Formats: sequence, C-alpha cells, structure tokens
Amino acid sequence: MSIYSDSFAAAFGLLATADSDLMEILYLSINVSLLSLALSCSIGLPIGAILAIRQFHGRDALVGIFNALMGLPPVVVGLLVYLHLSRSGPFGWLGLLYTPQAMVIAQMILITPIIIALSCQVLEDMHEGYKDFFDSLVVPKLAALVAYIVDARYSLMTVVLAGFGRAVSEVGAVIIVGGNIDHLTRVMTTAIALETSKGELELALALGFVLLSISLAVNFLAQWLKASAKRRAYV
Amino acid sequence: MSDIANLALNCLLPITVDSLSLALNDRVVIDRITCQIKGNGITAIMGPNGAGKSLFLRCLHGLVKPDSGQVRFAGKPPSQAIRQRQSMVFQAPTILRRTVLANLLFVARQRGVSNPQTSRDCLAQLRLDHLAEHPARLLSGGEKQRLALARALIIKPAILFLDEPTSNLDPTSVETIETNLQMVSRQGTKIILVTHDLGQAKRLAGDVLFLNHGSLSEHNPATSFFKNPDSKAAKTYLAGNLVL
Repeated sequence: MSIYSDSFAAAFGLLATADSDLMEILYLSINVSLLSLALSCSIGLPIGAILAIRQFHGRDALVGIFNALMGLPPVVVGLLVYLHLSRSGPFGWLGLLYTPQAMVIAQMILITPIIIALSCQVLEDMHEGYKDFFDSLVVPKLAALVAYIVDARYSLMTVVLAGFGRAVSEVGAVIIVGGNIDHLTRVMTTAIALETSKGELELALALGFVLLSISLAVNFLAQWLKASAKRRAYV
Repeated sequence: MSDIANLALNCLLPITVDSLSLALNDRVVIDRITCQIKGNGITAIMGPNGAGKSLFLRCLHGLVKPDSGQVRFAGKPPSQAIRQRQSMVFQAPTILRRTVLANLLFVARQRGVSNPQTSRDCLAQLRLDHLAEHPARLLSGGEKQRLALARALIIKPAILFLDEPTSNLDPTSVETIETNLQMVSRQGTKIILVTHDLGQAKRLAGDVLFLNHGSLSEHNPATSFFKNPDSKAAKTYLAGNLVL
C-alpha cells in the first residue's frame, strides 16, 4: 500500500508546490482537451440538432454510424491522423505532426461522434415531446431548435462534460500524433505512459491521481448539474 | 397589414368540413365526416372511446393531414396565418422546462405579444399568479392544465381547440377552466371541445357533434341533443350504456 500513499503524497507535493513541469503538462492537457472540445461542440451540436429534428433519406443510417463511431479506437484515429499529417500525407505541408494542433485534431475526431450521437438523442427526445405543441403554435424550426437547446441545457452540459472526460483521458491517439515531446506535446496521459515505461511508478501514479481528480471533478460536476436540474424538473 | 392582422376575430367561421376521411394502419378512423360549425359559443365533440374525436379535432386544427376531404375556415383553406389565430390545449399538456411565467412568455413571444404584465394578468385569470416563478413541471395536474389554457388564451385565439382539458382534474381546476372558457367564449372566441364529461357538455356546449366509429352520428344543438338525441348510438351513450 505504501506505493499508493507515497504516490498520493508525491501528487499532493507536486500540486502544492505548483511544480513547473507538472503545471506545464496540466496546462497543455487542459488546453488541448478544451480546444478539441470546443471544436467538436461547434461541429457536433449542429449536426446532432439537424439529425434530431429533420427526417431525410439515410438519416437513420447516419445516426447508426455516429453511434458506432462513439467507440472509435483511439490508436486507429491516431494512425489515420498521423498518415494524413505526415510529410508524405495529403496535409503534410501544414507541418502539424508532433504539435499540440495535431493532438487537438485527433481528439476532435474522437469526441465529435460522441457529441453528435448524445446530443442527437437528447434533442430528439425534446423534439418528440414538444412536436405537437410547437406544430400547434406554428413555431419556426429555428425557434423550436433554440427552445430545445435551452430546455435541454442541463442534459447537453452533461454531453459536453462526457466529451471532455473522453478527451482529457485519451492517450492512444495523442501519443502517436503528438509524439510525447517534453515541453511541447507532453500531456498527462502520455507522461503517465512514459513514466511507467521508465519504471518511475511513483511519479506515474502521482500524475494518475491528478488525472483521476480531474476526471472525478468533471463527473461530480455532471452529477451535480443533473441533480440540481432534476430538483426543478428541468431534465 | 399582415395576413394575421387581417384575420379579424370571427372571420374564420364557419368551419366547413367536407367528407373528411382518415385511415391509420389500414383502419378507417375518420369516415367521410361532413358538417359545418358556425356561430360563436362552444361546440362539444362527444362519443365513446375510439370514436375518433381527438383525431377529428387534430384534423380541424391541422395537426393531422386527412387522407381525403377538406376543412375550410370561412371558405378559406387552412394556412399558417389561419393556424396562428388558433390555439389548442392537449389532454396531456406539454410543459416547457422553465418557470410558469417563462412558459407563458415563450408562447406570447411567438405572436409578438410578450408583455410581462399581460402574461401576469393571464396567470392571475387562471389563478396561477402566485406560481409565476415556480418550475412549471413541478405543478400539479390541474395547475399544468390551467397553465396550458393560459398559454392558449394569451394569444387571444379566434378558435380554441381543447382535447379533454379537464379529464382527471380536481373540481377547483375544472371550475376555473370552465369559467374561463365561458368568459372567452362570450368575448367572441369560438371553442371546440372534446369531452367525455356529460355534465361539462351540458354546462358549456351550445351544440354537440356526436361521433361513433369515426362517423358523425349527429350534430345538434346541445338542448335537443341531451333531451332527444337523433341517433341510437347517442341515446345509448347518454343512457350510460356501452356503445358497441
């Protein structure tokens, strides 16, 4: 058990002293995750909304595809992004490989289907519930969509937090496209993988505790949001 | 002046229904209904379960498209402008996940009448003013239905459709709803009400459409319908027996 207590103490020590290396890794992790989340939401939420309220040929197949893509293997995404961004790839001229931007792209590809599939489900439920009332009232489509988003705000926040959780804990894709370069593309998960491979289990566990704390905080926030919304029957 | 503004309160009457038919899953649920609903006041649509009352109401309001036949409002075919002069209260009202006042303001905004004072007056009229800032989905069944009626009335509809608005409600809510229906009816709103409640139909209705198996069995003034119904099905129904 001492390794856990030592690691916990080490993690606490690193945080308490605001260790510059840890802060740099933490900052980059959060930054990359938030940026990929913002991009995913700006792409995923409108697509989810369209799938939720519009009926068109192939719509069910698209929903099925996005549902399936929620389980995209990160290493496959990493490999595909690597192939596209590598010097011989179609986007090699951008010079993005082994940069935080490449990590953002990989994470965005991973979490966009999650945002689309979950937001589609949430907004589809809203659409089913409100359809007759809005049809009766002749609410324009855009106004109806805004109303769905406003009324489903707590559920959608949970969707966004789920996307963030996936992004911040991702390792397979970012290690391939980021390369885990110290002071450039090293994030929490890749640092943990590196420290473990070096046998520095104490530091790896310390970083793991920090990552776990972030993950727990995000989940508690989601729970709290949902519970407070439930108390007012807003979900 | 907009199309909506051009539609004065009563220019949607009479409502002419011409050979309206609808089948769902190969089963005829509305069978060549022809009638004319005219004059102000309250028209009750009655009939046993499965008679097609709610579907007929939805066809009138334009929520369900019939397979054949047509509905015309003062000779005009249904349009968005005409629908905007109508309101509907559903049996199980959809309550937005907001406060009571926000529910009302949402509807008011759709018609450009979002004056908070008007909304509060409307809530007071339905005895909901003390609940204005309360989460609407936490209201009781009766309060939710009164909110649904408040939302329907705030746009001052020319025609108000109601689908069993008081089923399973407490007597106080029923009384509040009925009082308001009588009041807006006197002010010129045409009310078309689906109800199972014979007492309510007697208290409110000026005329009754009686449906059975998707067909219109009779359409008569309420007094003659309750005193001496034309159809055998209506006689059986009014006697409290099962209509088979």
